[in-house]
Amino acid sequence: MTDLPTHTDRSLGLVIDLDTCVGCHACVVACKGWNTENYGAPLADADAYGAQPIGSFLNRIHSYEVQPAEGPAQLVHFPKSCLHCDDAPCVTVCPTGASYKRVEDGIVLVNETDCIGCGLCAWACPYGARELDPVEKVMKKCTLCVDRIYNETLPEEDREPACVRTCPAGARHFGDLSDPQSTVSQLVEARGGIDLMPEQGTKPVNKYLPPRDRDIDLLAPLLEPVAEEPRGLLAWVDTALGKL
Amino acid sequence: MHPARSLILFTTLSGLGFGLLAFLCLGLPPLTSWAAVFFFGLAFVMAGAGLIASTFHLGHPERALKAFTQWRSSWLSREAWLATAALAAAGLYAAALIFADTRVAPLGWLAAVLSLATVYATSMIYAQLKTVPRWHHWSTSALFLALALAGGALLSGQAWPAIVLILGAGVLQFYAWKTGDRRLADSGTTLATATGLGARGEVRAFEPPHTGPNYLTREMVFVVARKHALKLRSIALVLAFLVPSLLLLLPYTLSLAAAAHLAGVLMLRWLFFAEAEHVVGLYYGKR
Ligand code: SF4
Ligand code: SF4
Ligand code: SF4
Repeated sequence: MTDLPTHTDRSLGLVIDLDTCVGCHACVVACKGWNTENYGAPLADADAYGAQPIGSFLNRIHSYEVQPAEGPAQLVHFPKSCLHCDDAPCVTVCPTGASYKRVEDGIVLVNETDCIGCGLCAWACPYGARELDPVEKVMKKCTLCVDRIYNETLPEEDREPACVRTCPAGARHFGDLSDPQSTVSQLVEARGGIDLMPEQGTKPVNKYLPPRDRDIDLLAPLLEPVAEEPRGLLAWVDTALGKL
Repeated sequence: MHPARSLILFTTLSGLGFGLLAFLCLGLPPLTSWAAVFFFGLAFVMAGAGLIASTFHLGHPERALKAFTQWRSSWLSREAWLATAALAAAGLYAAALIFADTRVAPLGWLAAVLSLATVYATSMIYAQLKTVPRWHHWSTSALFLALALAGGALLSGQAWPAIVLILGAGVLQFYAWKTGDRRLADSGTTLATATGLGARGEVRAFEPPHTGPNYLTREMVFVVARKHALKLRSIALVLAFLVPSLLLLLPYTLSLAAAAHLAGVLMLRWLFFAEAEHVVGLYYGKR
């Protein structure tokens, strides 16, 4: 049934750090690669080498410019994948039961053999986290790398989402957000993690860490002139030259 | 939203078809033998063609039967059940009328209620979506029902009820546009809440995630030029409401009035999809 579970044992999800993301798209490529070779139908592209290439991705990086009232504008890279919402509207609209939220860990998944490709779940998601595969015609979405995180054939350090494993800036963190003691929960606590579009009432599990306020001019103080007036030998050269 | 041809045809034809069925099953007009065959045939063809058109929208139409399983939570699933039940009840009613020359009135009432319930379920597929503020409102369902009733009265030749219902639907359509144009702004969802960056300053989409279009932008980020929309709205209002109600005042113009109404409703449905703003467009700087 596509009724949502009233309670999940854990709430696995991602914490995405907008302060450190450098917008390199490495996680996009890692996600595309992993999900093309593993769980479910390969994540396809259509007309990949033609004039109108189009492809499905489970994770995409936007970039936004934020212009404060005073001071220079700031560029924020903004990774976006499924937020594994607790009140996931994408699940309840599904007519076939293909979309579901797991009780054991809260991951929202699509059973591809049941999906009729009606697209209604993608309409119901406010975040644009679901894309219909252009070749298989079934709904694709982030699986939280369910085929990595429990996969005992992988070395222990690889049992986390491909995007998290790949990120060179450490901007993506994976863990149980229902456990206040987990590193991700503490990170959210310490950095004031937020929900996207809280007014949509989806109760997303994934959290975003806002950019930190800081003096971004780390190097400028080191480049200040150290002595206004020349002293010693330089002072003598200076006066000698001045007299000429 | 992308105005998909399959969905425009589906909502228009099945709306009119079920509206007509509702009237016929209430015995308006009282029909027998060949007239019954013709009118019920027309209603079944329209409702059926609409439902078939809707399957063209599916990635896997061969699995369509699975859509009957989730009636407890999904409006799309409820619509599948209600449409089937309405067609079955109306089919039995029509068969008794045509072959046994008996009118089973309670069965007709049931079929009429189920037909209108089907239209309501269709409307709720759209009205339930919080992500499309323009649709997320009672007027969406009211308008779907009003158009089905108006079209049903018109096609079943109930001149005066048709005029009243058509004018009523026209007023409702006007109201839906008037309030709908504000609803995205009123919803409170903006690029600021979408990114959570609003408190830091003015947020502007700087660079999209990719250079080409994707499923999301094709399906949900459709923008109609304002000037264009105003023109289309005016033409649709004239065709769907004004022309049919004037024609109905004259004798022998029923089919002409019906044709104008059908063309008008097709345009209204194109606008219904094309003008609907999905909040995901905010992420792409398109709202
Ligand atoms: S982010 Fe979208 S697809 Fe993911 S659970 Fe939430 S509503 Fe569903
Ligand atoms: S596209 Fe598939 S998963 Fe999504 S609502 Fe339709 S049947 Fe369910
Ligand atoms: S968790 Fe896995 S599927 Fe989800 S965005 Fe990261 S790599 Fe892609």
